[in-house]
Amino acid sequence: MKKDIILAGVGGQGILSIAATIGTAAIQDGLYLKQAEVHGMSQRGGAVQSHVRISSEEIFSDLITLGKADIIISIEPMESLRYLNMLSKDGWLITNINPEVNIPDYPDMEELLAEIRKIRNHVALDAVKIAKEIGTPKTANIVTLGAATAHLGMGYETLKDAVRTIFKTKGEDMINMNLNAMEAGRKFAVEYKKS
Amino acid sequence: MQKMLLLGDEAIAQGAIDAGISGIYAYPGTPSTEITEYVQQSKAAKEKGIRAQWSANEKTAMESGLGMSYAGKKVMVCMKHVGLNVAADPFINSALTGANGGLIVVSADDPSMHSSQNEQDSRFFGKFAMIPVLEPTNQQEAYDMVHYGFGLSEKLEIPVMLRITTRLAHSRSGVLTKNSLEQNEVRLPKDPMQFILLPVIARKRYKKLLDLQESFMDASTTSGFNQYFPDGDKSLGIISCGITYNYLLENYPNRKLPYPVLKISQYPVHEEMIRRIYDDCDKVLVLEEGYPLIEEQLKGILNLGKTVHGRLDGTLPRDGELNPHLVGAALNIKHEATFGIPDMIRTRPPKLCDGCSHIDAFKAINVVMSDYSRGRVFSDIGCYTLSALKPLESINSCVDMGASITMAIGAADAGLVPAVAAIGDSTFTHSGITGLLDAVNNKSPITVFILDNSTTGMTGGQDSSALGKIEDICKGVGVDEAHIRVIKPLRKHHQENVDIIKEELEYKGVSVIIPRRECIQTLNRRMRARHKIKKLEL
Repeated sequence: MKKDIILAGVGGQGILSIAATIGTAAIQDGLYLKQAEVHGMSQRGGAVQSHVRISSEEIFSDLITLGKADIIISIEPMESLRYLNMLSKDGWLITNINPEVNIPDYPDMEELLAEIRKIRNHVALDAVKIAKEIGTPKTANIVTLGAATAHLGMGYETLKDAVRTIFKTKGEDMINMNLNAMEAGRKFAVEYKKS
Repeated sequence: MQKMLLLGDEAIAQGAIDAGISGIYAYPGTPSTEITEYVQQSKAAKEKGIRAQWSANEKTAMESGLGMSYAGKKVMVCMKHVGLNVAADPFINSALTGANGGLIVVSADDPSMHSSQNEQDSRFFGKFAMIPVLEPTNQQEAYDMVHYGFGLSEKLEIPVMLRITTRLAHSRSGVLTKNSLEQNEVRLPKDPMQFILLPVIARKRYKKLLDLQESFMDASTTSGFNQYFPDGDKSLGIISCGITYNYLLENYPNRKLPYPVLKISQYPVHEEMIRRIYDDCDKVLVLEEGYPLIEEQLKGILNLGKTVHGRLDGTLPRDGELNPHLVGAALNIKHEATFGIPDMIRTRPPKLCDGCSHIDAFKAINVVMSDYSRGRVFSDIGCYTLSALKPLESINSCVDMGASITMAIGAADAGLVPAVAAIGDSTFTHSGITGLLDAVNNKSPITVFILDNSTTGMTGGQDSSALGKIEDICKGVGVDEAHIRVIKPLRKHHQENVDIIKEELEYKGVSVIIPRRECIQTLNRRMRARHKIKKLEL
């Protein structure tokens, strides 16, 4: 088992929580893990990415090789395309489509969505809307992760345990909020594939 | 033995705690910050009484570290690569004093300049100081090298450098830890003259340092961190330094390397080790993260020997961080992208946070500066450097910690009056105070903005040495009290602030304006913590 995952978003959107959840699940499953994060200057509202690599064999590089990523999980639609050259031929693009417009020349939304739909294996979800619908507007990141759970090579129960571990210090409410968010994203992806 | 999931930085910190340090000294700087933060937050470190407060700058950190080593205890000093420039004086001289208690200096380089103004390679500084340098390949080696490094430092009585880069610093992986060692007792150096670098003694100490070089090379041959794998196709030999070894292995599944490989993670490298691969192979490819240190030495000025490929002949890019596909390309292994990046993707640079106090400060500064010709605002290193970008476009320089005040002095001396400096509170106590003293003694017609957000913001909100001290420091340095003005950078005070700035720019001496409002990030964090406590009380 080997999964190379790129997480993308804008500083402050919570990609490190996604990375931590996947990482914790991988460790619980006894897998090897390497997870390259972005800290420092770029975190201030700029484009951020994280490379998460999980495998049953030892992993060497902290960075994924060009064209070899199995999944891109993005919390922002334009950011989902920024690292598209990293995605493998059969790779999955899973992205929230709620844009973070903090630059003056943000591209046209329809054109952006058309580009995303060009990728055969994609799930495009309005994670912000879904998060609001389930009453936890701040969990769009975990909703997006939920939509990717079928492609992570790990059992859903393992990922649920990881959410419990990650949010343990933040209390039971926080754990349940994020478990619901992940489940809402997962359900959306199942329906999306059918349609 | 326990397996922990750690960032490279955290692996180094855990290694230091387990190796029995009594203190860690540092100034925050990406990508080194998390080392010290980890020690500060570690329960084990607290129980062991390890001191871990931030220092005012890297020079004071290095000197304090050297003092702890003098007293016989193990100590770590951490900084980013450009911080080592600030600490260069004590760092270089510490090679002559030598160490008593084990001393490791961690310098974290930033190839590709993710959060820095250059991508200098600290291995050159290590070579300049003529001390052993360790360059871990991965998180586990980083942890192990801290244990080894303290042993080496105490055995050979020499400071040891640990050089990492951003990628390792900020990447997480599983690390097996060892049993922790005891801290040292206070014990003075055997030679009471060891740390007195009077010329007559320094000359002897320098000879001793020169004599030690052979044992440094022996250590890098026998430690196991440098390894030669001689099997394979001898048409090419690969010398792979530090983290590049991972990128090399990534290109060959199951570690099946087709060529002889010399893995280097410790310097100085013994000539014999280099000679073996050089003699065995027709050509050599050198993989290095950073500057071409080994490559340049192997080639020599005249390049008369065998063909050496690397960063200098274009086999690899001359600048920037390496990765698996760049290393693959150097070995004729092509990794191709299936999908192109659509043209519509725009750059999204970092920016000041919504509600940041610097925005209001610079809006007021911009209004006043529009009365003068452009190009008068000298700035410094911090979040506020982002005011160089749209929409503010307020500043005209960013060079090194503290340069704002001193560059304004020089520009004013040249006739650019008024000249303005904009420096953060933590940067001011890091390297701005001496510059301000120069300005006072020089009677420079400059206005210095000390942008006080009461934290070290850019690196994530560490305590600022300047907290609650700025006015007293300015007064103490000799700034006229009437020209030390504190303003509140808020939209509702905009006009009032503009008027104060105008007044001070017209003053023909040193004036200091302190826009003071807490960093929005640390404020939010405090509020959340308070909210949490309230909730617990309920």
